[in-house]
Amino acid sequence: MTTPVITVEHGVVGYDGRPVLRDISLTVTAGEVVAILGANGSGKSTLIRAVLGLVPISAGSVTLFDRPLRRFRQWARIGYVPQRLGAGGGVPATVREVVASGRLARRGVLRPPGRADRAAVDAALLAVGLADRAGDPVSTLSGGQQQRTLIARALAGQPELLVLDEPTAGVDAASQEAFAGALRDFVADGGTVLLVAHELGPLRPVISRAVVVHEGRIAHDGAVPDPAGHHAEPDHDHVHPHCYDEPAGLWSN
Amino acid sequence: MELFQYPYMQRALIGALVIGLAAPALGIYLVQRRLALIGDGVGHVALTGVGAGLLLNRSPVLVAVIAATIGAVAIEIVRARGRTSGDLALALLFYGGIAGGVLLVGLSDATSANLNAYLFGSLTTISPADLTTIAVLGAAILVTMIALRPALFAVSHDEEYARVSGLPVRTLNLLIAVATAVTVTIAMRAVGVLLISALMVVPVATAQQVTRGFRSTMAAAMALGLFAAGTGVWVAATADTAPGASVVLVAIASFLVVAVAGGVWRTLRRRTTPTAAPTPEPHEVVLS
Repeated sequence: MTTPVITVEHGVVGYDGRPVLRDISLTVTAGEVVAILGANGSGKSTLIRAVLGLVPISAGSVTLFDRPLRRFRQWARIGYVPQRLGAGGGVPATVREVVASGRLARRGVLRPPGRADRAAVDAALLAVGLADRAGDPVSTLSGGQQQRTLIARALAGQPELLVLDEPTAGVDAASQEAFAGALRDFVADGGTVLLVAHELGPLRPVISRAVVVHEGRIAHDGAVPDPAGHHAEPDHDHVHPHCYDEPAGLWSN
Repeated sequence: MELFQYPYMQRALIGALVIGLAAPALGIYLVQRRLALIGDGVGHVALTGVGAGLLLNRSPVLVAVIAATIGAVAIEIVRARGRTSGDLALALLFYGGIAGGVLLVGLSDATSANLNAYLFGSLTTISPADLTTIAVLGAAILVTMIALRPALFAVSHDEEYARVSGLPVRTLNLLIAVATAVTVTIAMRAVGVLLISALMVVPVATAQQVTRGFRSTMAAAMALGLFAAGTGVWVAATADTAPGASVVLVAIASFLVVAVAGGVWRTLRRRTTPTAAPTPEPHEVVLS
């Protein structure tokens, strides 16, 4: 199990001449679950966007499944989960319609969906616990459920590698648990995971390796570091309570 | 009703119905990617094509298709670059397009009535050849928009995800741009360049108030477009009003009816089935 899935060698990324990543080298091999940790603005999201070719690298190289990124075409092997669902122009879309987009990488543009596509969408909805919400518009879902929809979309493509950008940021505890479960199943079936996180929470036991990005460089690559400060307290799960009681005002009834 | 015995009225009706069906099928993607008014911009550019066609004594519709396609592709390139100067570039294109059109029409032998026909539509002057063009191009738009729905939905919904899925994002975006240009040009004969965006956008806006999914919104918008076109032409024939304006006003009236009815229905439902006060999620942290 030492086949490299992702290789970044001396990667440099800059926005408008301002360097965000300076000389990053990283290898993820098959079966690993790698978490990229770091403070806000450390460049951790930029790193996975560079791996996927969403931002160009100005120096160095990215290799996916033994192919240079420029010549990589087997996108069905990768499932990408962005930070959040775009609001779109207000045209409604059901959970199932969004998840079904995940089949396009495998099916291609011209072929209409078949039985295998529907089965994969059903399985993905089940894996994230949203089977009963399949026909609901995504806009009526909570933030955590929308995040699970995006994970289901990635899973529907039956990828070998999942790339997730802050999958648990601002997500309620129930969704975090559902997500950790889906990730465990994916890894148990031999999948590889690269995820960006600010806080590991319930994902912690699933992670096999942590990479800490600090000021555009890799500051740590190895075991998951222990949380420090108040983050280390046993009951701290970094989920902020919602405000239930709004102060009475002009518009409250 | 006996007006519809005349072939020119039949052509007007068929032309309007084809456009009423095709325009929302494309418009839904434009609304989804927040480009609801792009049809207006492309229409402005198409007008330069009309002017050039009239001046050169070539088919104005054909030259307009070419001009509108160039304009739509230029707008798409500006959009894809995503730079802040984008909306200024669009403004230059829009106003350059309409000024060029007015200037060129003025230079040609055409009368102002001719210009009006393109600005506000002229359904009743559709020739059999025009109708063939409208039907063929309209059918092509319709088939493309329906057959490629999953891919076009994915690109319009989440472009970055579509790129990571390996979809030909640039090609699909250009396809939408070209389809917009073609739709604008054929609809120009029906409702005119100044009203074309209405047929692409208003039925979608009406449908999405009551639908839950993308597919159902598309179907409902097409049905509403068909209804607006048919009713609008009938109103124009019976009340002797301008057909293009009648079609658009029927579409807007449908929007208002659905908006009000939907609001009333939601209020009634809330009253008849009083939902319990939302139960708060259990506290996840205890604040002392």
